Amino acid sequence: MKELLIIAIGSALVNNVVLSQFLGICPFLGVSKKTDTAAGMGGAVIFVITIASFITGLIYNYILVPTHFEFLQTIVFILVIAALVQFVEMFLKKTMPPLYKALGVYLPLITTNCAVLGVALTNVQKDYSILQGVVNGFATAVGFTIAIVIMAGIREKIEYNDIPESFKGTPIVLLTAALMSIAFFGFSGII
Amino acid sequence: MNNCAERLYNGLIKENPTFVMMLGMCPTLAVTTSAINGIGMGLSTTVVLVLSNMLISMLRKIIPDSVRMPAFIVVVASFVTIVQFLLEGFVPSLYASLGIYIPLIVVNCIILGRAESYASKNPVLPSIFDGIGMGLGFTFGLTCIGIVRELIGSGKVFNLQVMPRSYEPVTIFILAPGAFLVLAFLVAGRNKIMANLEKKGKQAAKPQGCAQGGCASCSGCDGKVFPTGEKE
Repeated sequence: MKELLIIAIGSALVNNVVLSQFLGICPFLGVSKKTDTAAGMGGAVIFVITIASFITGLIYNYILVPTHFEFLQTIVFILVIAALVQFVEMFLKKTMPPLYKALGVYLPLITTNCAVLGVALTNVQKDYSILQGVVNGFATAVGFTIAIVIMAGIREKIEYNDIPESFKGTPIVLLTAALMSIAFFGFSGII
Repeated sequence: MNNCAERLYNGLIKENPTFVMMLGMCPTLAVTTSAINGIGMGLSTTVVLVLSNMLISMLRKIIPDSVRMPAFIVVVASFVTIVQFLLEGFVPSLYASLGIYIPLIVVNCIILGRAESYASKNPVLPSIFDGIGMGLGFTFGLTCIGIVRELIGSGKVFNLQVMPRSYEPVTIFILAPGAFLVLAFLVAGRNKIMANLEKKGKQAAKPQGCAQGGCASCSGCDGKVFPTGEKE
């Protein structure tokens, strides 16, 4: 239990996926204009990464390892994730329309989110069991959500500020990210 | 042959993936802690890009349109796996410092983007040169950022001490915040130059990908990898 907690805090706060691993920069810059869309994106990422780390864990431990095909992990994982995202989208559309309405728009954007593949590969690299992998995936996605929601909150305020012309748009977001990243260094002493 | 030279120019300068198109931001931020890492990542990406462009261009008449994205992904992922093992075998130090970002070349927007927008529509030779141009452009971008960060962050360039001994390195530049900071100034500088160009009435290539409204705008990454038969 303690070990799982350490993994969770480690990947959610200390090694935040966006601010120190630089995975999922695209949605972090692109979908962080408003807090509610940012929260929606975060929710979709939590959902997909948790399922993806479970499925890729199963495939790795029960198919690739027994058949000694570990070297195929990158190819298998990316195809599984791409298929999974679309499957989840179709499944939600048919069975849970309210959830689909909340998350649906963001789901297609997630296939190219390198955080999903990144988590699947980290789980293998660190020799996590399936449970540890799922916890790691969930925590990583929570870390992503924390970062993107805070960023969206700050961006809503920045709107009213007087910013030099060349810094409008992406540059000011990146500067904000730099400051947030420094702030997240504060967590590094926890574990 | 003229066409090939034009492709090289296009990749290196006119549509430089790092400075002009702003593609592949994840590796740009993550591995540019030193100039060597920048070059290593850039060249690995170049190799994958050239090989995948070549194969996709060869297979462009065979791959059915409806399954082209999964096919591209399989091609790219296979080459990435090969490059990963070559790096692990021959340059283990680089392999260790690039780590997880090597397999993540698969999801680099540049590669799928070039496959979709160029290699799948053009003959083999120009596609190869397109890959070389884009790849070298990316390598050039990463190396420049790497040099700046390494110089300010540790006073060295390519592991050689260049700053005087009395220089106190600003370590934060080789840590995570430094990456965001350098890129912020880079994009701001780019905006400034583009604004000037536009004043003079010149047209410049528009940025694509992450810097402009998320990955959806990145060609070839519209999310629908497998055809579902549904029209959105």
